[in-house]
Amino acid sequence: MLATAPTLLPPPTIHVIDANNPNLRGRAIEDLREGFATWRLAFTLARLDLRNRYRGSVLGPFWFTLSAAAMIGGLGLLYSQLFKVDLVGYLPHLAVSLIVWQVMAGLANDATTCMTQVDGVIRQLKLPYTIHALRCTFRNALTALHQLPLILIVFLMLGHNPGWAALLALPGLVLLCVNGFAASMLLGMLCARFRDIGPIVGNVLQLAFFLTPIMWKPDQLGAVKVWLPFNPFYSILETIRGPLVEGGGGILAWVAAIVFTALHAGIAFSFFVRFRGRIAFWV
Amino acid sequence: MTASIEASSLSIDFPLYHAPARSLKKRLLAKAGIRVRTDESNRVVVQALRQLTFSIGRGERVALVGQNGAGKTTLLRVLAGIYEPVAGSLRVEGEIGSLIDPGAGMDPDSTGRENIRLRALYRNMDHASAMALENEAAEFSGLGEFLDVPIRGYSAGMAVRLSFAMATAIRPQILLMDEWFLAGDADFMGRAEERLARLVQEAEIMVIATHEMSIVRRWCTRVLRLDSGRLVQDGTPDEVLGPA
Repeated sequence: MLATAPTLLPPPTIHVIDANNPNLRGRAIEDLREGFATWRLAFTLARLDLRNRYRGSVLGPFWFTLSAAAMIGGLGLLYSQLFKVDLVGYLPHLAVSLIVWQVMAGLANDATTCMTQVDGVIRQLKLPYTIHALRCTFRNALTALHQLPLILIVFLMLGHNPGWAALLALPGLVLLCVNGFAASMLLGMLCARFRDIGPIVGNVLQLAFFLTPIMWKPDQLGAVKVWLPFNPFYSILETIRGPLVEGGGGILAWVAAIVFTALHAGIAFSFFVRFRGRIAFWV
Repeated sequence: MTASIEASSLSIDFPLYHAPARSLKKRLLAKAGIRVRTDESNRVVVQALRQLTFSIGRGERVALVGQNGAGKTTLLRVLAGIYEPVAGSLRVEGEIGSLIDPGAGMDPDSTGRENIRLRALYRNMDHASAMALENEAAEFSGLGEFLDVPIRGYSAGMAVRLSFAMATAIRPQILLMDEWFLAGDADFMGRAEERLARLVQEAEIMVIATHEMSIVRRWCTRVLRLDSGRLVQDGTPDEVLGPA
């Protein structure tokens, strides 16, 4: 029976590990390269994750869409009254901010378990760790695809036309993806080692929700507004919100967003280089 | 390329994170000096493998024997590249096929067929090889119409048949095997043994962790006995286990 089986393995490999000369950086880069080369595995797993999460549910991931719509409608009515602002002017800001926030917060929360969730796979199969972080990023990107169209619906309903400047939101989305991957890597590892980090992340996110201009607008801060770019959530959010709502974000927010992304990715990478070999022992 | 395995002073320390030293709080408190400890690191560490030096060449059939917890499965995982050694070095030449946990990477909510396709992705196969795997595993598992049912609904025996079929649809130079494969119904076991025997014959090197001495005597040319992570005996089956 096996005589008919074709060769089912990748080309010959030599696998060398020397604890005295670990070549950590080279192996981390190799892990990333291999992980991205097999992105189809990560994508398939992410799709299965979503499908399994909503097994038997009628609306499936569209529950996200529905709950986001309800949030925007409800909060829009309430806060336009509280702040005494015009609903038509307020709603586009709220819709974009709230949806992008939900994507960011959802990702950060998910990232905390992205390695521990797959401990079985990590301990049994030799796979690039990049796959697991990529899977988490894809999973949240797919969820985001169910929410982002709501922005378009709100814009259409209110007749809000951001014009060509809206295209600037695309690099903003790219920054969001890069940060998502870095967060999956970093938080995935940290939370595998220290199980207390997960709840800490949850608390930080809760606080950040109020400190970030989502329900309120940056202008309402007055003079204190200059400090806002130091809030990484604001900077990233602004690269998407700015173009869609105000015809381009402030240059300062863009610079801050790019600096934060570079820092975030740099920290995640150095952690990955240093601790990649330990992940199998942590999960 | 000839397959070979070279290990020199290979050591693995297994940190026991579920032991009391786990949490960040404890670690911060320990740093702050509230918790008085005499040893500099407050990790609880199990030395899973200690200073193993051995080399395995082409044609060898090696059995790892020893009591539970001696480090057999850990050593298999190190050879497979899953755990990285903390000290010493390891050089493995040749394609590795590991039969360590048959169920790893299976998605219980997907059908048997979907799981076979998923496995093809895990192994990074091209389309043609993936199709071949699908046909081959479908045929050998003998699941028939159950192949299109989510494996959550499989009996234990059916799940074993599918995972066995997928796991053994390989032709590695180095075969790493744990002794999970002795489960399944009698009819299946007959075919399974035949298939494993072929796999073992075709591999250039086999390393198997087992308690089953009859398998050792039948298949193996060399036995490594591990005790508490140390290599205590290395020789032919008759030398290590005594004459049959």
